[in-house]
Amino acid sequence: MKIVVCIKQVPDTNEVKLDPKTGTLIRDGVPSIINPDDKAGLEAALRLKDEFGAHITVITMGPPQAKIALQEAYAMGADRVILLTDRVFAGADTLATSTTIASALKKLEYDLVITGRQAIDGDTAQVGPQIAEHLSLPQISYVSKFDHKGDHAIVKRTFEDGFQTIKVKYPCLITALAELNEARYMSVAGVVDANRSLEIETWTFSDIDAAPEKMGLKGSPTKVKKSFTKGVKQAGKVVEGTPKEVATALVDKLQEKFII
Amino acid sequence: AANLKEVDLDAYKDIWVFAEQRDGRLMNVSKELLGEGRRLAEAMGGDTKVYAVLMGDAVENLVQTCAAYGADGVYLAEETHLSHYTTDGYAKVFTEMIEGYKPEIVLYGATHIGRDLAPRVAARLNTGLTADCTRLDVSVAAYKAYAEKYTTLDTSTLDATSQDRTLLQTRPAFGGNLMATIVCPKTRPQMATVRPGVMQQCEKDMTRKASVIRIEPALCETDIRTEVIEVVKQAKAMVSLSDAEIIVSGGRGLGTEEGFKLMETFAAKVGGTVGASRAAVDAGWIDHVHQVGQTGTTVKPKVYFACGISGAIQHLAGMQDSDLVIAINRDPEAPIFEVADFSIVGDLYKIIPQLIESWDDIMYTA
Ligand SMILES: Cc1cc2nc3c(=O)[nH]c(=O)nc-3n(C[C@H](O)[C@H](O)[C@H](O)COP(=O)(O)OP(=O)(O)OC[C@H]3O[C@@H](n4cnc5c(N)ncnc54)[C@H](O)[C@@H]3O)c2cc1C
Ligand SMILES: Cc1cc2nc3c(=O)[nH]c(=O)nc-3n(C[C@H](O)[C@H](O)[C@H](O)COP(=O)(O)OP(=O)(O)OC[C@H]3O[C@@H](n4cnc5c(N)ncnc54)[C@H](O)[C@@H]3O)c2cc1C
Repeated sequence: MKIVVCIKQVPDTNEVKLDPKTGTLIRDGVPSIINPDDKAGLEAALRLKDEFGAHITVITMGPPQAKIALQEAYAMGADRVILLTDRVFAGADTLATSTTIASALKKLEYDLVITGRQAIDGDTAQVGPQIAEHLSLPQISYVSKFDHKGDHAIVKRTFEDGFQTIKVKYPCLITALAELNEARYMSVAGVVDANRSLEIETWTFSDIDAAPEKMGLKGSPTKVKKSFTKGVKQAGKVVEGTPKEVATALVDKLQEKFII
Repeated sequence: AANLKEVDLDAYKDIWVFAEQRDGRLMNVSKELLGEGRRLAEAMGGDTKVYAVLMGDAVENLVQTCAAYGADGVYLAEETHLSHYTTDGYAKVFTEMIEGYKPEIVLYGATHIGRDLAPRVAARLNTGLTADCTRLDVSVAAYKAYAEKYTTLDTSTLDATSQDRTLLQTRPAFGGNLMATIVCPKTRPQMATVRPGVMQQCEKDMTRKASVIRIEPALCETDIRTEVIEVVKQAKAMVSLSDAEIIVSGGRGLGTEEGFKLMETFAAKVGGTVGASRAAVDAGWIDHVHQVGQTGTTVKPKVYFACGISGAIQHLAGMQDSDLVIAINRDPEAPIFEVADFSIVGDLYKIIPQLIESWDDIMYTA
């Protein structure tokens, strides 16, 4: 089985803080990580490899520093890692991002394509389904369980109010939820290997067949017109005293506001 | 697929809402979007109409519901292959309808279905899609007023007299840290998924009438490449956080599962609904349906009690629009206090029982 896993390097948004005075993002020192859903997707691929044997290619589109995410994927057990990087790709919305990644995928062989459900920075959950559309693959998103059964897979697709069990033939694309599994750590040998001898394949625009006007900022139907932060809220009242005094003050306040 | 080329923008008119139904019941978010659609249609002027797009098998009875919540017309696509949601089936029928009738704006609920369908449709149509919006404007003046009041945006370049009716789609990103307003200037339709619980429904009016446009979907077995072999509804306790006027939420600060017993007593006393932080849900103390935040429910009650919740950005993303936020935390530096209207520094196990007690005193003496 041939599997391609798409991963995105993201800032750890848990660590992103707001400057309470200016209301701007403090990004300094925020670590970059493999997007959590994607890591679960990679782990799912690695488990298929452990159990049935599989060749895993991991691909990411991003700036040169996204190599670090690929090194980690390799040290976890991926067989081949590819960095898609070119100025032409920059400034892409999800349509252009998915067009670029799908063009690269057309150069690879796959039975199964795995993306994360959602990246924690852009937060759109659109790239997976859009890659599937460009490659005319059936898609199953929000996957929380995956069972390989020869020429098809049985997957659990979650909804807010339950789930469906779905049968799908290969080739197909799934988008993985972080709940799918608990990702393994990098192996020591893998880390040593990744540092010493791993050659990350770098693909630029000239390595994929796609029209330049469909990529990056040019190929993006959406534009970010404005970006800003929510206004800084005035700090509220701090109530002090014994629990009883506090409780009374609060109930008074609620009454004053006609809430109770 | 064609290149991203400029389209004749004037060929597109009206607002469509994907009327998402599950088991023959219209999702609340679709009602909210019909309400929002009405407001946008009014601001756009002309003869802009709001249409619901209803797909399924034997769902005609929902036409009246769509009308009652604001639809001027309903595109009704009924077919046996549409009885369960499948990406292939729904995407094919919906895309063909959009190509045929050319709506200017298409709105979907940002549900597990809307977020599966909309990107697929957008890619097939080569148009843009804005994810998980929390605000939509077609009037620059209204957008400017909002930005001045609630955000840090420099609005000096916004012209309040502008007649531009481009859809301004505002959404949180970076886990709620950043807001972005996104536009789709050159392609049509302008499409967005919208977060449930944010937009306002219209007053339900069962006397409203909607025209019905019947679509005969041409679907066959081979169009749908996935096979649904089991559908499981998880019988969860009904928790209607999005409708609650008072929410009492507990976090990791409760320390144990037992802590939620106290929260339930507190909720019962104040007439509220129990909410939770993700840390409390992850600890297994309470079911995920109670979770408030970015990956839980977005709420805006009159009163939100955050008890033993630190105030992580992902939690704030789901509750910071509450009218009154009351935080109880023993750490005076807890970030929750930055958004709280009322900050109580102390041990929740001392404060809450006292609150429960005082509540009675006040209620009986009042
Ligand atoms: C503030 C802000 C708001 C934005 N809003 C929108 C919007 O509403 N609509 C829109 O079209 N664009 C939007 N964008 C642009 C969007 O973030 C980028 O196109 C981004 O490259 C992909 O979207 P995402 O991060 O949301 O990924 P998602 O669609 O959430 O990612 C899903 C999965 O796709 C795969 N994937 C995503 N990106 C890559 C990659 N670079 N390499 C490999 N695999 C990848 C991963 O497996 C990932 O888990 C916005 C950008 C910003 C900064
Ligand atoms: C992608 C992503 C999505 C997420 N989505 C959500 C989401 O939807 N909702 C959500 O809530 N979180 C979400 N999180 C998690 C979030 O980052 C925080 O980890 C979480 O909200 C913390 O929960 P908490 O405040 O209960 O716990 P903690 O941060 O551990 O805070 C516990 C607080 O309790 C106080 N405390 C302890 N004992 C007492 C006492 N006896 N009396 C009073 N106070 C006490 C402490 O001072 C502390 O402030 C998400 C994270 C990620 C990465």
